Amino acid sequence: MTPPPSASPASPATATTPAAARPAAAAGAGWFDRRGWRDVIIAAPYLWLVVFFLVPFLIVIAMSFATRTPTAPPFGFGGENPILNLQGYRRLFTDDLYIRAFLTSLLNAAVATLLCLLVGYPMALALTRVSPSRRNILLMLVVLPFWTSFLLRVYAWMGLMGTNSWFNRLLTDIWNFLVPADMALRYVPMMNTNFAVVLVMVYTYLPFMILPLYASLERLDPTLDEAAMDLGSRPAQVFRDITLPQSVPGIIAGGLLVFIPAAGELVIPTLVGNAGQPMIGRVIADEFASARDWPMASTVAVALLFLMVFPMMAYTHFQARSEERRKDAP
Amino acid sequence: MRRRSTFLFTVMAFGFAFFYVPILSMIFFSFNASRLATVWGGFSTKWYAALFRNQQVLDALVLSLKIALLSATCATILGTMAGIALARFRRFRGRVLFSGLVTAPLIMPEVITGISTLMFFILLADWVGWPGSRGFTTITLAHITFSMVFVTTVVHARMLQADAAIEEAAMDLGSRPWQVLKDITLPVISPAILSGWLLAFTISLDDVVITSFVTGPGNTTLPLLIWSKVKLGVTPDINALATLIVLTVGAGVLIAGILLQRAERRRERDMQLAYRANQ
Repeated sequence: MTPPPSASPASPATATTPAAARPAAAAGAGWFDRRGWRDVIIAAPYLWLVVFFLVPFLIVIAMSFATRTPTAPPFGFGGENPILNLQGYRRLFTDDLYIRAFLTSLLNAAVATLLCLLVGYPMALALTRVSPSRRNILLMLVVLPFWTSFLLRVYAWMGLMGTNSWFNRLLTDIWNFLVPADMALRYVPMMNTNFAVVLVMVYTYLPFMILPLYASLERLDPTLDEAAMDLGSRPAQVFRDITLPQSVPGIIAGGLLVFIPAAGELVIPTLVGNAGQPMIGRVIADEFASARDWPMASTVAVALLFLMVFPMMAYTHFQARSEERRKDAP
Repeated sequence: MRRRSTFLFTVMAFGFAFFYVPILSMIFFSFNASRLATVWGGFSTKWYAALFRNQQVLDALVLSLKIALLSATCATILGTMAGIALARFRRFRGRVLFSGLVTAPLIMPEVITGISTLMFFILLADWVGWPGSRGFTTITLAHITFSMVFVTTVVHARMLQADAAIEEAAMDLGSRPWQVLKDITLPVISPAILSGWLLAFTISLDDVVITSFVTGPGNTTLPLLIWSKVKLGVTPDINALATLIVLTVGAGVLIAGILLQRAERRRERDMQLAYRANQ
């Protein structure tokens, strides 16, 4: 993901100088080589991202080693404070709060990802099997919730999960019908639980699972299935031996698109989650805003990044390698 | 092999019900006369009427639209530049860092982007005295940053599909770089620029987490207003506001989708006509 920070200070400046542009131009880079157009096109977004993304990001990393002080802004470096304060990282591994928050986030995100896969895979497969005209409409219906407000989609479920909503009463009736009388409930406790968090995560992130799965399933060659069927395979075998292995890149892409935002989620656990079992995003926000402990908030943020940077790097590596293999194949 | 699988289609039906039942329920209860948001008390449009008289909501909407228009436009310009740079300039110093910088914001959790940007603004104000107060400017700057990378992704993908040979041919025939950009590159990638702008606009209009960090007193965008109310529970006036937002966005996406599909069909027909004419 983010390259080593040590490379940052020099490169944006050098990228803008004509001296840096000329060797690339000599290598035949294309049509923009004259008159510094090239430099402007590279430098403007480059400088923007360095100033407004890379520098703030480096501040977080540096802040995770700072010491909390009762000043404004509430941190100290050097002087009477240690240059590198590792207290935050020590707390990360010893304080129960952080360990439990990481485990809750990991569990919620993993369950949500798995459920998205279980629901999204059949949906994506079904989408490849409808007529093209109907498929476009259905795909639009998959994407439509993605365009509407994220916050309002979470809110829509708050309306359904509340103790006296029609949905909750329906579930309560079903439950009371199925279980013996002494286990009857007045309502199903859904709000402010991890179940609610997972359910709403599946709801909001399902399109991110369906779309990459659909993209990889759509590319599959149907004649392979036919050949396997002609040779006597049953549909379940065709799925296990042909469809599933070929859709692995889609599964990985969809899985990361769901897992990464789910692990760092703040809005969903705040609105429908259990405040006694906060997820890691909530812990970062609370440390920062309520406790005004910038160094600790930054430490937790860095830890969260390292939980996710590695899967992402592994994924891009995997993707690049499988892409190469595909190109090598005749 | 288009075998019909009952299982697949059942799951798909349930999936679409899962997608739309909560939204339809919310729309239904926005016409509820009762103050209790989830118990039906008769049909009424009074929450909609109340909404249009609510100055707070209207102010928040105007602020959100202003920020979204400005940030989406800046993000589209910067993001398109980055997309062109990544697709056409194969080698420049710092390219690895650059391609890292345009993907990192996509996977960065919003909380981290929020606290890092806020710390940046506070420290900057401490060191150079700017920004003196947080609000419109800081929100817009933050929105440009996280939405420009979405534009870059869309434009970059389109640039990779487009044929660089046409641009080179125009150069060989004596066009200036500016002319090539104006007459060839931008028209070719214009659908991507348009969808990039729409994406940036929607993301800006929708953002809660990052905005909640970088905003200042008195600068409440529409999502922030909804956020502060929703935290207190479900109310019929939020149902009404949500219904208006969902229906507006839904209609916009449907119309855009139909127009795009029609344009695609026309292009296919033109290509077939051209092909037949050449035979």
